Amino acid sequence: MSQSDTPKFWQTHRIVLAMFGAAIVVLCVLFLRWDWLPKYLPLIGEGIWRTLWLLAVTSVLGFLLAIPLGLAQAAGPWYLAGPARVFCTVIRGTPLLLQLWLLYYGLGSLFPQFPAIRQSELWPYLRQAWPYAVFALTISFAGYEGEVMRGAFKGVAGGQLEAARAMGMPRLTILRRIWLPLAIQRALPTLGGETVLQLKATPLVATITVVDIYAVASRVRQDTFIVYEPLLLLAVVYMVITGLIVLAFRWFENRVPSRVA
Amino acid sequence: MMETLLDAFPTLALLAWEPPGWGANLMRGLGNSLQIALGAYALGLLIGTFGAFGKLHGGPVTRDLLAIYTTVVRAVPELVLILILYFAVTDLVNQGMVAMGYARVQVSGVAAGIAVLGVVQGAYSVEVIRGAIMAVPAGQLEAAKAMGMPPLKTAWRITLPLMLSNAIPGLANLWLIATKDTALLAIVGFAELTLQTRQAASSTKAFLTFFLAAGILYLLVTLLSGVIFGRIEKWARRGQRNHGAGQ
Amino acid sequence: MKNLMLTTIAVLSLGTAAMAETIKVGIASEPYPPFASPDAAGNWVGWEVDMIGAVCKAAELDCVITPVAWDGIIPSLTSGQIDAIMASMSITADRMQTIDFSDKYYNTPTVVMTAKGSGIAPTDEGLKGKILGVQVSTVHQDYAQTHFKDAEIKLYQTQDEANQDLVAGRIDATQADSIALDAFLKTDAGACCEIVGAVADDKDILGLGVGVGLRKGDDALKAKFNAAIAKIVADGTYEKVSAPYFASSIYGG
Repeated sequence: MSQSDTPKFWQTHRIVLAMFGAAIVVLCVLFLRWDWLPKYLPLIGEGIWRTLWLLAVTSVLGFLLAIPLGLAQAAGPWYLAGPARVFCTVIRGTPLLLQLWLLYYGLGSLFPQFPAIRQSELWPYLRQAWPYAVFALTISFAGYEGEVMRGAFKGVAGGQLEAARAMGMPRLTILRRIWLPLAIQRALPTLGGETVLQLKATPLVATITVVDIYAVASRVRQDTFIVYEPLLLLAVVYMVITGLIVLAFRWFENRVPSRVA
Repeated sequence: MMETLLDAFPTLALLAWEPPGWGANLMRGLGNSLQIALGAYALGLLIGTFGAFGKLHGGPVTRDLLAIYTTVVRAVPELVLILILYFAVTDLVNQGMVAMGYARVQVSGVAAGIAVLGVVQGAYSVEVIRGAIMAVPAGQLEAAKAMGMPPLKTAWRITLPLMLSNAIPGLANLWLIATKDTALLAIVGFAELTLQTRQAASSTKAFLTFFLAAGILYLLVTLLSGVIFGRIEKWARRGQRNHGAGQ
Repeated sequence: MKNLMLTTIAVLSLGTAAMAETIKVGIASEPYPPFASPDAAGNWVGWEVDMIGAVCKAAELDCVITPVAWDGIIPSLTSGQIDAIMASMSITADRMQTIDFSDKYYNTPTVVMTAKGSGIAPTDEGLKGKILGVQVSTVHQDYAQTHFKDAEIKLYQTQDEANQDLVAGRIDATQADSIALDAFLKTDAGACCEIVGAVADDKDILGLGVGVGLRKGDDALKAKFNAAIAKIVADGTYEKVSAPYFASSIYGG
């Protein structure tokens, strides 16, 4: 970490601040209760894994859904643009917690009225909580990112598309080879931020009985009556994951050539 | 019309204003949500203004502390922050009071909610306002300086009006986040719209009806806010040549 | 300035001391009929709400009912947001490490409810491989995790939601207080289900009945609550409050 042209990172005040920080960490380790950690370590591991899994699956699915949503709004005919716009507005205009409860408990209250559902092959999945969590988080990500993709599709310089058309490129090829890559390139800087927001939305699934890292921490709180330590651990876990997301996207962005006029 | 609707969906009657309808409860919840959202938004703007000033003009220590604040708050889920702040802040206040020999104070749910969400909002406001101030053309400020305008007057007459039009889209977004984040207070048992909805749904078993009704209320708030912020932005951009984002 | 603030606070605290003592009694913000649930007018109603009124009157306390999220109710007590818990909280050794309790004010058996004709017995054997729903941070969660090791246990924020998922068929059984489940069976939604019996008792986990949760060291308040509970049981107020809700006394032996 030697940068000669930028100001030195380890200036005097930063060393003092870091020492303060280290002192706080040491105090936390010494004076707070951590004796529960070994017992819950396997559960914590499972919880972190489930959080990461939810984050990855819903972000990827959500992004795939966001592309047609953005395209429909940017260039689609009114009968596609309208519904896409309404979808994004509704998703962005209501709290995710409410959407989650609407899907899980709202649909759950419908099942007894249709015995056919219980006999269907889908029932083993509909019975569990995670499909609802995946669905709710996916459409939420799609709603927010769809709005970003709309801007990204619109923002691609018209000249690029005209050039492709002038070359006689078929419309689908233009979309696949020119328009989409350029739009994704434009959306990339916001994608990292959206993924962090998505990570911060995942703990809500604990309220519909999905056992993610947040639910594990709640379990520790309830089993042991220790209040702050599990919450501090949670904060640290989420900060580490956020850091990893930011680093991953920075690495990714550096690999994508960005010579945007 | 009304009656055929009621025949088709008998649970709609549960939304009536008078008991046995739960309409009044939902509206009370909405009132609480808006009250907290407004309070938290105002607190967030206050923190944001001072924070942005500190980040731009403060000393190195101030800047680093503010960076830690905004980074941590933006990296940890609001739900976790709310739980930590909700218990820790009231606990600390009371331990402080007891240590000084005074009786415990009761922190009201509204005050705690506003404080907690305000701290979260503040972290985002700092970045929005800082970005807006930095986007004020340097030439305008130089011109003011050249005319001999005192710094405070420059801030009030030049920076603030110019910054406002840059900041409004971001601030509008923050307001929407504030209204939606109030739903998280349901987790700590505060009687805002989402919790009222959940209670009504649990008691009547009409889950779908109540969650849909609450969704419509939130959506109305969002759409109405959009109209209001659109007006404000138009007003803030009065006299500027390029309306809207320069495309 | 600082002095002024301190004086104001001092005056305020003197003020509260002089009046009939005002305390905040925490109840769970999740509906728990027939003990405490909000009605359509926004008021909290139920047996426990009436009981809070009776106990506080006997103790000459001015009680303000304060709904708090159930899973945060103990931290709310210890951090001073409320002064007492009257939320059907069982007196258990685990909780006694963190908070204190008054004498019990009711004690009812713990039962298991399933869909009608499920043939599930309320034992580890009977629940093997089944999904059992319980409310989070209750004695039932603790009991299920200790005694029903072969069942898959799902945790719910409220008992109502566990009931709802039993109706929806997402869980096979739920374990809770007999009174609360009885009340559910009397509703329309309860037509699906039946109580299959009480679980084997385990006093260490299921506790010694329900008491008022108090901060450790609040002995004066504890004495007041104990005296008030004894008084209303002795003078017949307890029976009078219970009569509209229950056919027989739930004070328990």
